Amino acid sequence: MLANLRELTLPLVGVFVAAKGRVSIVVERCKACGFCVEFCPTKVLALSSAFNSKGYHPPHVVSPEKCSGCDLCGMYCPDFAIYGHKLQAPKAEATAEAKEVNNEG
Amino acid sequence: MKADPRGVLTGTHFMDGDHACCEGALAAGARFAAGYPITPSTEVVERFAQRVPTVGGCFIQMEDELAASITLQGGVWGGAKAFTVTSGPGFSLMMEHIGYAAMTETPCVFVDVQRGGPSTGLPTLPAQGDMMQARWGSHGDYEIIALCPNSPQECFDLTIKAFNLAEEFRVPVMFMMDEVVGHMTEKVVIPPADEIEVTPRKHTHKSVEDYLPYGTNGDMVPEMAHAGEGYKFHVTGLTHDERGYPNMTPKMQQKLVTRLQNKILSATDRISMFEEEGTADADVVVVSYGITSRVAQRAIEMARADGLKVGKLRLITAWPFPENKIRQLAAHIKAFVVPELNLGQMVREVERAAAGKAQTFLVPHAGGSVHHPEEILAFIQEAVR
Amino acid sequence: MTTLVSPIPGNPVEPFLRSDRMPHIWCPGCGIGTTVNCFAEALIESKIDLKTLALVSGIGCTGRVAGYVKLDSFHTTHGRAIPFATGLKLANPGLNVVVYSGDGDLSAIGGNHLIHAARRNIDLKVICVNNLIYAMTGGQTAPTTPGHATTSTSPYGTFEPSFNLPHLVEAAGAVYVARWTTFHVRQLARSITEAFNKKGFSFIEVISPCPTLYQRRNKMGDGLETMKYYKEKSKTKHGAPTSEVGLTLNGEIIVGKFVDRDRPDYSTLLKAQMHESLGDKYVDYDEEQGYACSADGGCEEDSCH
Repeated sequence: MLANLRELTLPLVGVFVAAKGRVSIVVERCKACGFCVEFCPTKVLALSSAFNSKGYHPPHVVSPEKCSGCDLCGMYCPDFAIYGHKLQAPKAEATAEAKEVNNEG
Repeated sequence: MKADPRGVLTGTHFMDGDHACCEGALAAGARFAAGYPITPSTEVVERFAQRVPTVGGCFIQMEDELAASITLQGGVWGGAKAFTVTSGPGFSLMMEHIGYAAMTETPCVFVDVQRGGPSTGLPTLPAQGDMMQARWGSHGDYEIIALCPNSPQECFDLTIKAFNLAEEFRVPVMFMMDEVVGHMTEKVVIPPADEIEVTPRKHTHKSVEDYLPYGTNGDMVPEMAHAGEGYKFHVTGLTHDERGYPNMTPKMQQKLVTRLQNKILSATDRISMFEEEGTADADVVVVSYGITSRVAQRAIEMARADGLKVGKLRLITAWPFPENKIRQLAAHIKAFVVPELNLGQMVREVERAAAGKAQTFLVPHAGGSVHHPEEILAFIQEAVR
Repeated sequence: MTTLVSPIPGNPVEPFLRSDRMPHIWCPGCGIGTTVNCFAEALIESKIDLKTLALVSGIGCTGRVAGYVKLDSFHTTHGRAIPFATGLKLANPGLNVVVYSGDGDLSAIGGNHLIHAARRNIDLKVICVNNLIYAMTGGQTAPTTPGHATTSTSPYGTFEPSFNLPHLVEAAGAVYVARWTTFHVRQLARSITEAFNKKGFSFIEVISPCPTLYQRRNKMGDGLETMKYYKEKSKTKHGAPTSEVGLTLNGEIIVGKFVDRDRPDYSTLLKAQMHESLGDKYVDYDEEQGYACSADGGCEEDSCH
């Protein structure tokens, strides 16, 4: 829990990489409305149990491999705290990278 | 900078004050006006609506004075010199946007052709009952400039001056006419354009990176940018910092509001215009402004014919109030006599500045006509005693 | 060794924001920020020159949009965004002027200006975020509050009939009228893009949650619950008669593009009339010089940009 908290509060931007797309989260802007989690078409996100410095639970990536980079999360986010982007890289390489970033986290 | 000849109707005219005011605005470079009809001011915008399409500009008649008084400010930020024209009831509705112009430092002119009030009052008859409203009508602390013409010629000359002051100080200027001055027809001489000095906008030359919309360079008046020039600036009526961003702290409030006040007050002596005559050895000085000054002139002449030592001080700039002038005079005269077409407005300022060193007599008049010179004379005779 | 396959792209909305003013003041679950994303998307889509874009807001929660967008932006007085924008547009017809404000600001205190700007067909793009309440001041009844809703000034329920804004502005003369909710992000962005391509008075209503005041007081859950309600209860009916799109407390929300018609805008009519009446004597607005030079003193001045 503590490690998780530090992960989410220390870096301003957490980057998660997935197969076709990637979401970036500006943790400190998040107010935990849950729009991104609810309306993500492929259910990539979940609200974290960790807090940001204002006491909100920001989202984190639970299924990075499912991200299509459609940026619907970004369109919904009223706090400009998350956005998705398509990756142009070959699928295999991106997946490997996703795994690595995930392992680091 | 010289006036744009397109707007200058050079020549000698027989013209009323309202029309002369409009010609003054055109000569000063006003190319945008938003108005709402109200007696006795409407002739100003009627003439503007007729004239401005031929000199390159635009008039819009809005749905009310609330709209007119903010539409003109949109015009200013769009790059035009702009004004609106009204009378008492409309002036009341415009107060909100006089405050907005003061806070956002929008250079513009509000013409108020005063009529009898309160409320609908006397639509077609004169008064000078809006003098304090011009100064204090919007909420909060701010300073404005107010000028008072007493003839159609001055309606022309001083309207140009009003625009020039608005641009120099980035402040709303109140042009305080009255029904008589507005409807009085006299000779008006409009000089050639190259003899008319107009003040250009204090437009920034800074790069986008260096520009601070509300930053000052020691003279307390920030440089202005217009929409569409790439500065991507922000303007708000909220208390704001030098970037124009809202900053609602006591510290910023103190800094901003004090500057808005001091940029005018520190220049009072430079802004102040008055006509002074026979005050050096006077026992009594008659302080007047607008149409009342012309009645006072007669009373002064009558008093002098009786051997009384009477001086004249005509306020052309009503706000900021020329306190120093009154203070100097108070030191060596017995009394001030202040005729006004109201029940006592500017007289309070005279009394305050005199600070007990000289007596102050109000010659009140509720409005609807002008004073009889004899009424003013009676107060002069009493004051001399 | 792992290398990122492409640089981390910035949030597409970010270039349009004053990032140094984030986080913004809007509550968790408020939809105003969502509408700003759609606005940004429309700016990208329409490829509009941002230099020509000015945004004008009134007062209220939505009024704060002006302070957060990196554009020439004006946070004016309560209700007066439209007349300010009118002045801006007339003084510089080259500007694209957007009015971004709330339902209380635009339709109550600014109601008179709303209908007259629509009547004149001033070329303004009006984005009205409708949260059905006065939010900034603490949740009072607005002209848009549906019947029976409880607000801080209608503690026993609202009984005044409310405005159906699309119907109002269509009747007044708007050439483009659409309504979406904050759930309809793609559609909203498309509507704003369409409005940018339309000359004349365009009005886009966006129904948006106010979880802190409207939804909470009416026991409608939080922002997310409201978004789910929008998803479930919205029905898209393009071209629906605006007389039939009034809102109720818990009922269906008709969304879509209701009006898309052509009518000459104010400036077009003005020019035509002046040319007809004045002929050669009419001095038209000059694209190069504008009226702007009246303030700056002619284009030989290098202050003219």
